[in-house]
Amino acid sequence: MNIHEYQAKELLARYGVPVPDGIVCDTADQAAAAFEKLGAPLAVVKAQIHAGGRGKAGGVKLVRSAAEAREKAAAMLGKAMVTHQTGPEGRVVRKVYVTRGSDIARELYLAIAVDRATNAPVMMASAEGGVEIEVLAAERPEAIHKARIHPMKGLLPFQTRRLAKGLGLTGEQAKQGIKAMSALAKLFVELDCSLAEINPLIVTEQGDVVALDAKINFDSNGLYRHPDVAAMRDLNEEDPKEVEASKHGLSYIALDGNIGCMVNGAGLAMSTMDVIQLKGGRPANFLDVGGGATKEQVTNAFKILLSDTNVKGVLVNIFGGIMKCDTIAEGVIAAAHDVHLSVPLVVRLEGTNVERGRQLLEASDVALQTASSLDDAAEKIVALVGKAR
Amino acid sequence: MAILIDGNTKVITQGITGKHGTFHTLQAKAYGTQVVAGVTPGKAGTEVEGIPVFDSVREAKAATGATTSVVYVPAAFTADSICEAVDAGMDLVVAITEGVPVLDMAWVRDYMAGSKTRLVGPNCPGVITPVTAETGCKIGIMPAYIHKPGRVGIVSRSGTLTYEAVWQVTCEGLGQSTCIGIGGDPINGTNFVDVLRLFNDDPDTDGIIMIGEIGGSAEEEAADFIKAHVKKPVVGFIAGATAPKGKRMGHAGAIISGGKGTAADKQAALRAAGVTVVDTPSIMGRAIREVLGG
Repeated sequence: MNIHEYQAKELLARYGVPVPDGIVCDTADQAAAAFEKLGAPLAVVKAQIHAGGRGKAGGVKLVRSAAEAREKAAAMLGKAMVTHQTGPEGRVVRKVYVTRGSDIARELYLAIAVDRATNAPVMMASAEGGVEIEVLAAERPEAIHKARIHPMKGLLPFQTRRLAKGLGLTGEQAKQGIKAMSALAKLFVELDCSLAEINPLIVTEQGDVVALDAKINFDSNGLYRHPDVAAMRDLNEEDPKEVEASKHGLSYIALDGNIGCMVNGAGLAMSTMDVIQLKGGRPANFLDVGGGATKEQVTNAFKILLSDTNVKGVLVNIFGGIMKCDTIAEGVIAAAHDVHLSVPLVVRLEGTNVERGRQLLEASDVALQTASSLDDAAEKIVALVGKAR
Repeated sequence: MAILIDGNTKVITQGITGKHGTFHTLQAKAYGTQVVAGVTPGKAGTEVEGIPVFDSVREAKAATGATTSVVYVPAAFTADSICEAVDAGMDLVVAITEGVPVLDMAWVRDYMAGSKTRLVGPNCPGVITPVTAETGCKIGIMPAYIHKPGRVGIVSRSGTLTYEAVWQVTCEGLGQSTCIGIGGDPINGTNFVDVLRLFNDDPDTDGIIMIGEIGGSAEEEAADFIKAHVKKPVVGFIAGATAPKGKRMGHAGAIISGGKGTAADKQAALRAAGVTVVDTPSIMGRAIREVLGG
């Protein structure tokens, strides 16, 4: 789960990482009032969307008066902002965050991610903040200092001292940097984060260490123990079909093709997308109905699939594990009736009682084709829908 | 002989009185698995279809001599259950439960350091060794009937894709030595390299099918290991070649982030290690038959 920058900064402040004063606003008038309230000669109006690259897209503006704050906020609010992470349709800006401007002396980078190689969270720190960390990691990995975070004890003092040195922090700044690092590690472990990034972490002209931007993602499997964090979820930032699917225990991700896929199991669902593309088609979605598909799940999945008006055909690929193929066939037939299916349907079933399952499908009054393998199924649906141009 | 488990392996089900625990334990028993005990705290002295239930793994182990446990408890309690089995000195713990918080697994791995226990999972279909055409040792949720005893080892991050490979191998007239689903989570107990090492050393395994997916670098590490050590033919498939960047594909671990963990990189690494990489999962069975000279 993602949250907005203003929410991430609330959490940082709660754990003791200094952030610039800021006020979240829903309207341009509120933005003007926020400028007055901050009482600083310089403020920044920042669009709040769940995507990076806001600066280049005009979503981060320096303002020097209340009027200017109002004008810049009005230009952002209610409009779709397109960044390199949003896709061409962009994201509608519903809130702006007005923060006190900072005098930046140095920009640093600080982040924590789960590291599969060491089976633990790892803090990454670099004296070269503000840049794309992926680029830095590829070109000059030695410029990134790392420390494994103990999953119970957090960062140890010697690790923070080493990282502070790596960032070129000394004296009072080192103390502040060490405090920020320890706080970020504590936040990450206590709140079941999957990513926490402060880019940039700045040293101000006055010598203070401050988090100028923040991005925090959470492990959705851990949210049940953090209801306050779960409450920060912004459904406006998510695809409504994905939200609806998650209510039914289905894992759905919208894509931009025209062949709807319904598959049991994440790996098989990914492979189904792959093979459709290999055969010249374009999948409309990833949809995993779970390892043991039931009739209810199949029906719900059909409804979500067909709510995407781009879908011109559906491919069902189910490997009947514990569920027998004849039961699944009955579920598919009933679901097709329920939703008044009107686009071509190809069903590939495998597993126990597969012959009986195929007989049921072929004998039903639902217009569908059966397929004997994933390749066969993909070829058939691509032929029915037409190859992608 | 197979790896990790065989027809003599004695198994304890942790969470046996839960819906999934009961169902899959009875399925395993019907397939001939020696499920000798179950554990549910507070339910000692009861039975599930003739299987005695104990309060703790230690007590169940002491009474039955079981060496392996399987975990079906809900995600919030999975970490505790795994640690309990580790503390009891089990040789193998197979955690089926999905949805375990990633950071729980981080401290579980820390807790396990220095222990003799091997963990498979969580979020996995489990481990199975077919012994006869109809029976075997099944520790997990896979459908038993698709398996036949044979000499192909299968290791995978994905559940139903494993079944796909198993079924194809069976339909090719071959069979499986052991099949292991290592699970789709970012932090888990057993990785590809661990299983490849076991299959490579197993005299009853002639060839290996390895099924990976996008995200992480486990497949690249497997490729390095195969290049340096594996003497048996390996067929590989990577799911998610067309997955968009930054989207989590069902599994917590299946995500391309920062341009890392793409299928193309993994396929290239495996090919460079001499693995026969197939572009579609429909031909995994045929490919292993061909590389085994069938």
